[in-house]
Amino acid sequence: MAKYVTVQVTRKEPAAAAGDAGERCKKCGVPLEEGELEKSLRVCPHCSYHYPIPAQTRVEQLADEGTVSFIGEELRTADPLEFFDLRPYPERFSEAQQEAGLTEALLAALCKISGRPAALGVMDFRFMGGSMGSVVGERFYRLAQSAVEGHMPLVVVAASGGARMQEGLFSLMQMAKTVVAVQLLGEARLPFISVLTHPTTGGVLASFSTVADVIMAEPGAVMRFAGARIIEQTTREKLPPDFGSSESQLAHGQIDLVVDRRQLKEYLARCLSFLGGGGTGD
Amino acid sequence: MTEPTEPPATSRSYQAEALRLLQRLQELRNLPALPGASYSEEIKKIQDRLETLRNRGASDTAWNTVQIARHQDRPQILDYVAQSLPDFLELSGDRLRGDDKAIVGGLATLGSRRIVLIGHQKGHTLKERQERSFGMARPEGYRKAMRLARLAEKFGLPVVTLVDTGGAYPGKDAEEGGQAGTIARSIEVFANLRVPTVAVVIGEGGSGGALALAVADRVLMLENSVYSVISPEGCAALLWRDSAEGPRAAEALRLTAGDLLELGLIDAVIPEPTGGAHTDHRVTVKRVMREVQLALAELERLDAGERLSLRRKKYLSMGSYAIANSR
Repeated sequence: MAKYVTVQVTRKEPAAAAGDAGERCKKCGVPLEEGELEKSLRVCPHCSYHYPIPAQTRVEQLADEGTVSFIGEELRTADPLEFFDLRPYPERFSEAQQEAGLTEALLAALCKISGRPAALGVMDFRFMGGSMGSVVGERFYRLAQSAVEGHMPLVVVAASGGARMQEGLFSLMQMAKTVVAVQLLGEARLPFISVLTHPTTGGVLASFSTVADVIMAEPGAVMRFAGARIIEQTTREKLPPDFGSSESQLAHGQIDLVVDRRQLKEYLARCLSFLGGGGTGD
Repeated sequence: MTEPTEPPATSRSYQAEALRLLQRLQELRNLPALPGASYSEEIKKIQDRLETLRNRGASDTAWNTVQIARHQDRPQILDYVAQSLPDFLELSGDRLRGDDKAIVGGLATLGSRRIVLIGHQKGHTLKERQERSFGMARPEGYRKAMRLARLAEKFGLPVVTLVDTGGAYPGKDAEEGGQAGTIARSIEVFANLRVPTVAVVIGEGGSGGALALAVADRVLMLENSVYSVISPEGCAALLWRDSAEGPRAAEALRLTAGDLLELGLIDAVIPEPTGGAHTDHRVTVKRVMREVQLALAELERLDAGERLSLRRKKYLSMGSYAIANSR
């Protein structure tokens, strides 16, 4: 087995694309004061556009301060198929690790959410499009195991382009693996809440994220199983630009709630207080 | 020395030649080192030829297999029914919205067993293919499959699925009808069945649309079938930014039955008649049904709880990753 050097999970946020002094909201064009965007959790205070955020930031936003410990960090990407497209797979994931300051596309944490112990997983689209390969699947499973052992709920914030193609059928099997992991929680009568953020597509949308007890989504997030281009090519149907948006998924009965990021923690806490779980683990 | 004529581009001829060369190589290496005799030149020649075969063979093999797997005359679920299940009773509908003809299901007697059979039907003629959306199922289809799986559970009947789809139907209605969530729930239902389950990939195992019917105690593949997270063309379009690179993507994805057996992701490969399953439906169906019965007989020896726990363990242990040395 290959030996890897442990990479420190950096807590530093990458250079903000918007929201720096003198910047305007890239959605509504209204000038933003310095620090204004950060204060409102990277949601435009004027038009409520939700900017993408790094997984590390999301954990900070949802977990109570000083309660976070990361798990599964020792699990690292392997290259079972020796996959080579225009570049070798190890080059691609090493670069993603550098750029995102993450070891993989799912950051797994044990923490407290509003005083309640919880297992928390956050996906990061910057890491190879948030794609689900073997490490994402295994970390998800370990989160579910920890939740069962500690008698805690599981909350996972998804953002993903789908399966990790470079891991071939291994990645497809992570869909089955994560769905089976969710069963373990169900049998222990522990809640699993899924939060869909922009974008959540393909194999992640068609696995653990939609077999949750409660499905929340951020406003304006797009959720689709098939890519828009594939749909248009196969059926010659023209799709509206907001096709598969949170609001339309809500209207079609596919999700429970659309929740503004600024209220997300409060909604999670409320939901968890109804469904129980937690209280005995720490 | 005359160059041998190029072998026809089938996986078997490449493999046969490679096998012969490997055997010869082994012989040469095992020969006692006699004074004055050197085999290094012949060894080098064989190694070069093997390399050539490997390079060309690999890409051609995977891509050829994709073509065979998609062959219009390849036996589909209704051909299996016609050849081996005379009392098949087809059941229809998802009890909610409609009946998706991309998925066929029903009750049948296989040998001494009553089973529930479910699978994709792509269709052979253009007309049938259109009626059945080329085997690309909508939520209605996966709901029909789940409904029949639950029926099997209720009456203690083993479930056999025959997987053959390019993928789930990519359409506006399907998306709005919850395509993704329905596939996820289908995975969930098949993962939780207490009755024995066997899935056979008989043609194309296309991504989530295939997995929705392919979570089982035993997953078998016909020799020239393929099973992949994405179509080679789709993968090529995304990673090589050129869908014409399908053959290279097919090779890189390791989607053939042999590759997947080697990677430990499926349980067995069922050999096809020479020339492929489409050349002889009768023999193909007979072999598949024999393997299914053997697998079911094995699974029936376990009690339901043990079977379910082994199935879960199998899926929970799937994946390939490294462990970093922590300091």
